[in-house]
Amino acid sequence: MSDPLNEEPEAAKARRRRNLVLGLALTAFAILTFVVTIVRLGGHVADRTF
Amino acid sequence: MTDTAAAPATGSAPARWNDYVVLLKPRVMSLVVFTAFTGLICARTPMSPTLAFVAVLCIAVGAGAAGALNMWYDSDIDGLMRRTRARPIPMGKVQAADALGLGVVLSLLSVMMMGLAANWLAAGLLAFTILFYVVIYTMWLKRSTPQNIVIGGASGALPPVIGWAAATGHAPPNAWLLFLIIFLWTPPHSWALALYTAGDYAKAGVPMMPVAKGAASTRRQILLYSLAFVPVAIAPSFTGLGGPLYLAVSGLGGLMFLLLATRLMRSGSGEADGAQDGLYSVKAGSKDARNLFAFSILYLTLLFAALLAEHALGLAPLVQGLKGLS
Repeated sequence: MSDPLNEEPEAAKARRRRNLVLGLALTAFAILTFVVTIVRLGGHVADRTF
Repeated sequence: MTDTAAAPATGSAPARWNDYVVLLKPRVMSLVVFTAFTGLICARTPMSPTLAFVAVLCIAVGAGAAGALNMWYDSDIDGLMRRTRARPIPMGKVQAADALGLGVVLSLLSVMMMGLAANWLAAGLLAFTILFYVVIYTMWLKRSTPQNIVIGGASGALPPVIGWAAATGHAPPNAWLLFLIIFLWTPPHSWALALYTAGDYAKAGVPMMPVAKGAASTRRQILLYSLAFVPVAIAPSFTGLGGPLYLAVSGLGGLMFLLLATRLMRSGSGEADGAQDGLYSVKAGSKDARNLFAFSILYLTLLFAALLAEHALGLAPLVQGLKGLS
């Protein structure tokens, strides 16, 4: 499949790496938000009413 | 920054992910983390290790965001100075707009996360620090007054207060004493460096003290600020914050600091013509400026390390029970 962006191979590789790192950073942020939420809720998470 | 908009100027290498890390000024970030962590530990308030880690991470990311915004705004003059011309934007690796986007997004995320993980006082102080550094220092003071680093130094001095506030929800006088230490340390530190890089600042039109008022005036002001700084650096020994180790380090180091500042005052540093090769490779006439610059970094590091060590070793402060200071 041809490259629609018509990039040099080196540029395409750098872009893929940037996207990979950005994806990892976003994943880490989502995990961090979840962990902070759980820690802040602490033991009260089991006391919630439905 | 993930699409081809990140492509560099013609003829230079494509942006790598670590070019964006460089935008965050990792070396500055490490000092910020160190002082913020010290503030958090000195608060002597139990805090979840996870939340403490997240709070320090937020301060680090916030500082990095401020660094990226600084590089965005200063990209026009960074290319003119030896010390900054290898930064990603002047090198054509990263576009200025990408640095702006990165800085804004990381600022918002770090402040919001600090509010959720610690408290909104710490988040507010972090937001203030970022805004102060970017708007007050970078956009306004840096290019308009030789007092730029004196006033702008407040942003670099705030991290221990933010760390303290993250742990306790308030900022007592002892937290502000840590602020004052860094605040008064900044002028002698920055002007010692500026004495042997003044040519670069002049070329970029930045009115650093040696450029605006001359080398002799700068050396005199360095000594005056050092005379104000050293007693403040020793003060935590008498406010219930520092113990015997801190007193020894701050006292002996303070004497050395004053000795180097006095030698610099009597030297001809900053007077001679000619350009330096780098931060640590300077012409002989500026050796005294280089010595004070290098020792200032060591001294500040030792001061905060002594506070950390005393808390880790469980050493009691020399003075106990000064109400309202901690």
